[in-house]
Amino acid sequence: MSRGRALFYGGVTAAVLSTIVSGNAFAQTIKIGVNEPLTGPFAASGTYVVNGAKIAADEINAKGGLLGKKVELVIEDNKSNPTEAAAVAEKLITEDKVPVMMGAWGSSLTLAVMPKLMQYKVPMVVETSSSSKITTSGNPYIFRISPPSSVEADAFRSIAPKIGIKKADFLVINNDWGRGSADDFGKVMKSMGIQVGLVEIMDQAAQDMTAQLAKIKATDSDTIMVTTAVEQLTLVLKQAAALGITKKIVTTGGSQNPDQLIAQAGAAANGSMHLTTFAPWYPDKTPDPKATEYFLSEWKKHGFSFAGATESFRGYDGIRTIAHAIQGAGKAEPDAITQALWKTDFTGLNGPIKFQKQGPAGRESGQSIPNLYLIKIEGGKVVLAES
Amino acid sequence: MTEFLQHIIDMVILGSTYALLGIGLTLIFGIMNVVNFAHGELYSFGAYIVYLVAVLLGLNFFLALIVAVVAGFILGALIEFVLLRPMRGADIDTTMLIMIGAMIVMQNGEQFVWGGVAKSVPTPFPELPLVIGPFSVSWLRLFVLCAASVLIALSYYLINRTKLGKAMRATFQDQDTASLMGVNIQFIYMATFAMGSSLAAAAGALLGPVYVISPQMGNLASLKAFAIVILGGLGSIGGATIGGFVLAFAEELGAGYISSGYRDAMGFLLIIAVLLFKPTGLLARSERIG
Repeated sequence: MSRGRALFYGGVTAAVLSTIVSGNAFAQTIKIGVNEPLTGPFAASGTYVVNGAKIAADEINAKGGLLGKKVELVIEDNKSNPTEAAAVAEKLITEDKVPVMMGAWGSSLTLAVMPKLMQYKVPMVVETSSSSKITTSGNPYIFRISPPSSVEADAFRSIAPKIGIKKADFLVINNDWGRGSADDFGKVMKSMGIQVGLVEIMDQAAQDMTAQLAKIKATDSDTIMVTTAVEQLTLVLKQAAALGITKKIVTTGGSQNPDQLIAQAGAAANGSMHLTTFAPWYPDKTPDPKATEYFLSEWKKHGFSFAGATESFRGYDGIRTIAHAIQGAGKAEPDAITQALWKTDFTGLNGPIKFQKQGPAGRESGQSIPNLYLIKIEGGKVVLAES
Repeated sequence: MTEFLQHIIDMVILGSTYALLGIGLTLIFGIMNVVNFAHGELYSFGAYIVYLVAVLLGLNFFLALIVAVVAGFILGALIEFVLLRPMRGADIDTTMLIMIGAMIVMQNGEQFVWGGVAKSVPTPFPELPLVIGPFSVSWLRLFVLCAASVLIALSYYLINRTKLGKAMRATFQDQDTASLMGVNIQFIYMATFAMGSSLAAAAGALLGPVYVISPQMGNLASLKAFAIVILGGLGSIGGATIGGFVLAFAEELGAGYISSGYRDAMGFLLIIAVLLFKPTGLLARSERIG
């Protein structure tokens, strides 16, 4: 055998060996990619979701794992930045070889990841994003368990008369989530005969919304519909109070963490109403009280603050959804998991998780329809207003 | 009309803190010829010190503000001593790169120490705003306006009326001659950088409790500080003060009357206009540096 040939075979053998070795190493666990904002403007929410995901993984592993293997979460920070979210997805798929992912919190972040799912044919469970575009753009690897803003807006139809809105102004975050919500809620309101006034926009990193609020203060509307995450919402409530705004404030999107609002915005949070998808304050009223109690006790055991529970349940349910699919697929491969996700049917913390088809025929995305609650903050306490 | 006046009130308050940020940056640039990209990090440093002292240690809020200013001063002196002194005489690009490095290290350090989740600081001021007729302003913001005004006045006094200020201005005009006249240049540089840093820390300490505190808060502050300095003319303290108010004016009225989606763009559009028609800034000296 010539020297060159010997080197060649040697190289091939080494390559094959290393594949087998690393393949074996991978086979010890089933990896699930988690793509969340752990820094940047959405840091609080992303961290809560990841904490919920960890509780789910611990629960699954304590019960013996999946297909005889332990579940391993590969958690990456997308820095609240769509470019990073896409890069993180690519890294999870190509380097960590995850067969399925959960992510990416915000609508703009999720939308940025979606082409990567098409490219690598890896499914993703969307736990938080609410832009309607996500499930209607024809991406068959998307399975969403959070309500799109159109569903939220529809549910609002029965709630709005009880709040007594005649004319509403909007103050929304400047991304797909905020603008999408303003469109969807605006449409529903107009169809109900509620007037829609100003639609004011705030940059996602903006800290000072006094200009927008001063403008809204001067209108004849009775309600402000606000869509943004808890950090910015804290500022909006504080600044609205400082401007002496007495209009009703209703928030949408389910990322409000009312307890964090109470802690950080203080009295400014009183009277504000929030559309949310989980009611941990009243476990009895949730679809699966036993699971809710378990989740809350685990959350407490980990030493996390109760405030995070409204958001973190999405991470918990997201990972449980994925686990059901992997169990159903019988193997941890992207194609099999995608097929199995369509057959998912179990009771999550906020209602049945079962995917309906949405979007253009042949390339439908999965959408599960959860419950919605309207809660109100009164005297520093959360009160269930409507469900 | 009421709405307009409410915008003006908010603008004055915002402008005062912008001015504070701008003065610190322009001072460092004017005297040391250093483009301080870490300015925004000193701003978030000040805010975190307030969080540390007022929330974690549970001490008095006003004491926390003073500690933040002093800590900013010390950190500034340290940065000057460790990073900039060895590079004295290096060209402006080199020091600029060093400050970009410092910015990245500081921001990631903050993220490591404090985590990415935003913090909020409770203040001793009443939550209900001060209401005069149709206008209302939060007490905290009024306090911020007063404190910022005092700090701006103090900076003016220090630069224009004291011996140290005279030495600083002399160094600014001609470093070699100032040195021959017995001015300790090393000391002036350290004092300048420390003072500029403490002003940034003060702005962060004052605004941190108004907003929320996060490791990324310095990015926007840095960007705005640069905008203000360019607007007012590099090295000009009066220019930075006016620049701060002009930027706040453009943002507030731009958001109020044109489009809130382009709030941050308004300020920068204004800067482009100023650079086109008066390239040295509103109040620059004839001999522009850099």
